[in-house]
Amino acid sequence: MSDDAKGSGLSRRSFLRGGAAGTALAAGLLPEDAAAAVAATDAEGAPTVGPGAVEIELEVNGVARRLEVEPRVTLLDGLRDRLDVTGPKRVCDRGTCGACTVLEDGRPIYACCRLMIESAGRSIKTVEGLGSPDAMHEVQQAFVDNDAQQCGYCTPGFVVATVALLARSPAPTEQEVEAGLGGNFCRCGTYKGIRAVVGGPGESGGDGVG
Amino acid sequence: MADYSWPEADRRGQIGRRPARLDGPVKSTGFARYPSDQNPPGLLAAKILTCPHAHARILGMETSAAEAMPGVRVVHVIQGEGSEIQWAGDEVVAVAAETEDIARDAVRAIQVEYEVLPHFVTEEHRDRAPAAQPGSERTDGDPDAAFASAHRVVEQTLGMPQMAHMCLEPHGQVAAWDGDELEVHASTQAVSTLGGQFASELGIPATQVRIRTEYMGGGFGSKFSPDRWGIVGAELARKAGAPVKLFLDRDQEVSVAGSRPSAFARIRVAADEQGKLVAWDSDSWGSGGLPGTGQTPLPYVFSRLPNRRLRHTSVPTNLAGSRAWRAPNHPQACFLTMASLDDLADELDLDPIDFLDRNLDLTGRADVYREELGIAAEMAGWEERWQPRKRSRDSALQRGLGVSIHTWGGRGHSSNCDVTVHPDGAVEVRIGSQDIGTGTRTVVAQVLAETFGLELHQVRVSLGDNRFPQSGPSGGSSTVGGVSASTRRAAQDALGEVLARVAPRLEAEPEQLKAAGGRVFVEGEPSRGMSWPEAAAQIGGAPVSARGRNPGPGRLISSGVGGVQIAEVEVDMDTGVVRVERMVAVQDCGLIINRRLAESQVYGGLIMGVGYALFEEWIPDPVTGRLLNADMEFYKLAGLMDVGSLEVHMMTGPAYDERGVIGLGEPPVISPGAAISNAVANAIGVRVPYLPLTPDRVLDALAADGGVA
Repeated sequence: MSDDAKGSGLSRRSFLRGGAAGTALAAGLLPEDAAAAVAATDAEGAPTVGPGAVEIELEVNGVARRLEVEPRVTLLDGLRDRLDVTGPKRVCDRGTCGACTVLEDGRPIYACCRLMIESAGRSIKTVEGLGSPDAMHEVQQAFVDNDAQQCGYCTPGFVVATVALLARSPAPTEQEVEAGLGGNFCRCGTYKGIRAVVGGPGESGGDGVG
Repeated sequence: MADYSWPEADRRGQIGRRPARLDGPVKSTGFARYPSDQNPPGLLAAKILTCPHAHARILGMETSAAEAMPGVRVVHVIQGEGSEIQWAGDEVVAVAAETEDIARDAVRAIQVEYEVLPHFVTEEHRDRAPAAQPGSERTDGDPDAAFASAHRVVEQTLGMPQMAHMCLEPHGQVAAWDGDELEVHASTQAVSTLGGQFASELGIPATQVRIRTEYMGGGFGSKFSPDRWGIVGAELARKAGAPVKLFLDRDQEVSVAGSRPSAFARIRVAADEQGKLVAWDSDSWGSGGLPGTGQTPLPYVFSRLPNRRLRHTSVPTNLAGSRAWRAPNHPQACFLTMASLDDLADELDLDPIDFLDRNLDLTGRADVYREELGIAAEMAGWEERWQPRKRSRDSALQRGLGVSIHTWGGRGHSSNCDVTVHPDGAVEVRIGSQDIGTGTRTVVAQVLAETFGLELHQVRVSLGDNRFPQSGPSGGSSTVGGVSASTRRAAQDALGEVLARVAPRLEAEPEQLKAAGGRVFVEGEPSRGMSWPEAAAQIGGAPVSARGRNPGPGRLISSGVGGVQIAEVEVDMDTGVVRVERMVAVQDCGLIINRRLAESQVYGGLIMGVGYALFEEWIPDPVTGRLLNADMEFYKLAGLMDVGSLEVHMMTGPAYDERGVIGLGEPPVISPGAAISNAVANAIGVRVPYLPLTPDRVLDALAADGGVA
């Protein structure tokens, strides 16, 4: 990631080669701009964009958003810095801690490990899109009731991951909890409350009732 | 003057209850805007070029390419030609640009020429340290004679490495100037003192710096000062004429923004035939990076142990300086002491709880520990589940139990606040302290609601702003005592003014009146009263305000707590993998304002403790001097499934209540390393001398013992 940053853009174009990324990109580009944005094809004929900004459209928390973004901008940085959607947090910035977890077309992903242009044409839901302080999602309410948060910086990622886990499996097994929430870390130590939120052996709702 | 006190147990409306934290909804919905979430108009992003060498001198640098980049607004040299760098990751040049990516590009375009100098980063080998600083020897009693006549002696070297704070919100701030006035949204534990520190570094009056910290993403002792990146961020903003966001990248956060000092020691400890401790000898060393580190409080808790000799060597390394880490020095001292005592108990063929019990008169809080040990043993099923180390091990999976005890102060800090009652009955407190995630906002609201006889939603807590009355930093478990005492005093005084206006209307003396259940009435005659809004209306057109202070009159707070923890582990003898199956914690902290939040502090301490017992360590590379794990993949925090079953018991009742409020954030994180290490020793029959208890260390210990590895 060092040479291309000086302007050649070669490795970033290479990155966009091939199946899923190319398809998502093409689907999300605005029709009138697509021809201009896909300015070149590489030796194998795959469409390439960048390194300059390209215009994309995606849905964020139910609202269609259109913006110009360089291909190198991650979904996380794009949400936080360009769209002021700051619920997802940047902590490790390399796919370890889960604080940036968002739902893309209903599927939980690490927003720090996705380029924003890959999400073009897709629907992104962040923790803010699940509920609001006056009308919380039941999982958000359960985080409050079980004191599953302290400083709260990991909480948005945990809430989103928990929503995704419980959507897949309303009464998750130990293995499903491990798979669903093992990719999120908390530093204050709120796992007791989070276990109570997702239930499971020995955690039948915890001390949720005050 | 009012009699400042807490209400008796049967007269409490809020204190001791379990209300949910008030900022839970904004946090769980992502609506809470942390300092790193601030995006004011025109915001610039800043990045810092750091030194890749652990020890070097800057021979020159070339920044013109960075300055010429489109979108780059300021290139600010932090350490220029001739500067000597003492640790990898130290800040050299900062860049502010229109986007973070441009700032990164610019940082990469800066060329710095270094003269690389020799470095030292592995303080466990103190014999190789170029600048070790041996301290003077301290002797009490006659340790040589006591060891010579002792019944049993154990001697070994134990240790634990440096580790990181790993705050999830990195250190940093958004700094914005309006003329010569600076506003900083800082991720800090010290709102009231930070402004003055910014001001003196920037050469402006302290009155021109505003600090705001509504929420912050974890500090654990590492966020008390503006730090160099704070001042640099403000300088960049001043030069650019635009707000600047500067938060550390994760590798910087891990490498330079907070670590706990290491602690190693050669320890000898002895007991007589009755199992009484009679002598202690420790030759300790450790490092907190470049400044080295001082002596931890040895022997821990058993501070009246007679016949002691202590030596300590501070070992400076080419690593960033350590910071206060939740309960500074205590987890290290606890591990070194409790592991030694546990091994001595084994030598004496004594149950370790029995052994601790026999020696509690050497502690400052024998009665508390004795009661807590009994409760913890009961909770853990110690009687049925504990077995001596000396037993056959025919299974690959071995279980063990371990115990540890700890102490902490926790006296409330200096705190001021203003409580205001408005004629419409609205009640607000303004207080400069911050809520670092412990629940300060909620606890203050409970004290306010308690005093005025209102519900939590009827009172407002405004905190985290240095325009509010000065209130202490969140360190040393001092916040809850400080803010609850100042709030209680201010609230009692403000209520007193209201009652003085209400009394004539009720044809009573103010002292006869009581505020409870949303009403003000004559004590014992609930019908002789009025609603709270009616009562507040008696103050006339202007609000009533009172300043509360801590310290101050009345017995609202004290200090000194004890805690006991028991760990149960399972160890795989073939792989060396340790699993924590269960942790039991029994803790006192005086009068508890919010039981739920108090328990959360203890759970959090246990979980953080599992982390440093099993996983967490700085791993400096002796060749490059850089950390090998300045990230979150290889610097491992405990995950949700790593912490086992956790059970907490808070000591409550009149004897604890009458001590007043005492801080709790730190004590529960002290014992886990010792308790888990002792449980592993119990499981596998031999001490693993170093934390964290990684599989390689467990297998090494088994091999050294002639075991399966």
